[in-house]
Amino acid sequence: MQSIVKHSKYSLKRILVLYLPLAIVLLFLLFPYYWTLVTSLKPNHELYSTQVVYWPVAPTLNAYVQLFGQFNFLKPMWNSFVVAMITTALSLTVSMLAAYSFSRFRYRGRKLLMVLFLTNNMFPTVLLLIPLFTIMRQMNILYTPASLVLSYTTFTIPFSVWLLNGYLNDLPMSLEEAAMVDGANRVQAFMRIIFPVLIPCLLATGVYIFMQSWNEYTFAVLFTNDRNRTVPVALKSLIGQFGVQWELLTAGGIITVIPVCFMFFFAQKKLVAGLTSGAVKG
Amino acid sequence: MEIIQKRMRKANIWPYLLVLPALLVVIAVVFVPILNAISMSLQQYDLRRPKQIAFIGLQNYLQLFSDKQFIASLYRTVLWVVFGVGFQFVFGFALALLLNQGFRGRGLVRSVSLIPWVTPGVLIALMWRWLLDGNYGVINDLLQRIGWIESNIAFLANRTTALPSVILTIVWQGIPFFALMLLAGLQGISHDLYEAADIDGAHSLQKLRFITIPSLKNTIFVTTMLRVIWVANSVDVIFNMTEGGPAYATQTLSVYIYLKANTLNMGYASAMAIVLTILLLAFSIPYLRSMFRDQGV
Repeated sequence: MQSIVKHSKYSLKRILVLYLPLAIVLLFLLFPYYWTLVTSLKPNHELYSTQVVYWPVAPTLNAYVQLFGQFNFLKPMWNSFVVAMITTALSLTVSMLAAYSFSRFRYRGRKLLMVLFLTNNMFPTVLLLIPLFTIMRQMNILYTPASLVLSYTTFTIPFSVWLLNGYLNDLPMSLEEAAMVDGANRVQAFMRIIFPVLIPCLLATGVYIFMQSWNEYTFAVLFTNDRNRTVPVALKSLIGQFGVQWELLTAGGIITVIPVCFMFFFAQKKLVAGLTSGAVKG
Repeated sequence: MEIIQKRMRKANIWPYLLVLPALLVVIAVVFVPILNAISMSLQQYDLRRPKQIAFIGLQNYLQLFSDKQFIASLYRTVLWVVFGVGFQFVFGFALALLLNQGFRGRGLVRSVSLIPWVTPGVLIALMWRWLLDGNYGVINDLLQRIGWIESNIAFLANRTTALPSVILTIVWQGIPFFALMLLAGLQGISHDLYEAADIDGAHSLQKLRFITIPSLKNTIFVTTMLRVIWVANSVDVIFNMTEGGPAYATQTLSVYIYLKANTLNMGYASAMAIVLTILLLAFSIPYLRSMFRDQGV
């Protein structure tokens, strides 16, 4: 850091050790998105020609029209939205309470309970998938949004507890103590002092839960049917009806990724801070 | 003040009540299903033949030893994890070092480079399937333009190139997460250390070797553990790129279990899933230990 400041801004060394490698990594990370976008805009003769076209000569929105018309892509988007919203609300509520308990109280069994939550992320999806499938079948909630919400809480709750616990630990206990000296009870102290400060953290955690639910495929493909399939499943199902129509698939991909990107940029600062603090401090 | 401290820390019923809702959900969706999986793994449990469901003891587990696909999938999982996470680490570290330097637009570059991390696995799989396509794929075109290959390669349909191709995809997906964590670690290293090293006349590689990497030890450890568990468990990328093919060339253990579960042979699939879980738990003992230790504080 320090030595770089001494160099002129665009010295050859700086280009070689910073700009050039950075450009290469960014090209590698972002080119697939460029290619997805371009593909979705290509007319068929440009898409399936022997000469690969790097910039569409006659861009068209046909694929998008087809996606929302013939394939009614808004339906899976709505399904995903409902599942993601319910998952987020449920996970945030119960996780906030648990995280508050872990962060603000010291009691017998606390350590054990925390580890119980934290180790949850180790269990493979495929381990939980099989019994959940049979349980949900017996409970008759297979192929309903509830089955997805419940399976998503297997990873969203442990994660949110961990994240919110970290955020809460960063808020000094003296905040509530001051309020309690002034005669507020614990609930009042929480609602008036902690909750307002915690809102950005709750939003960041909520965004992460929403993204995870929106993106999830492995459970969704088994636990949904034609009526309530979510975006990732719908995306995959675009394959097969008429072979692979890449312009349609890539258009669906662009539509899928836009909401998550948008939410992520909005919440990223707080989210990244929360995610990294645990590993860095440790 | 002390009285309040005491009041706040005093063990009463509240802390337990606050944990209860989350605990109940987790018991219902994680712990009961795990018990269920254990019990299924001890049965002949094939949903296509519901009438023949019966307790068979450890037979499912014994069958694993003679299942060549199981052994091969296990071996492929090791390759998938070692190369996948290994390259994620190398490139993620490189990106973190780049992003840790001061330049204009750094914030934007940092956010943009995280996009692969928030992209759905299915989409990642489909995007790379298209990039690697044997007929119209842009990677084939680019490689021919620079003269590395002479004719199109069907990367995902070829037994030797399929596994490296899916590994490339998971590496691409995982670089941002490593970069994110390591960057945070880098920003926590005190500048004094580097200044002292400058005075001693250390060059950049020595600084990397003797200051940066030792200071990042914990971050590297935790991040690698998290990634290994995640990559070993991931199904969606491989499943949507190759479905484990061609001729099982990309079938990791998770994918194999997933495919078996799709054929509704739940007993055998559960037995494999439990073995996978035990292997992962055994692997993460050091991580679990450090977690126990940290929570004790």
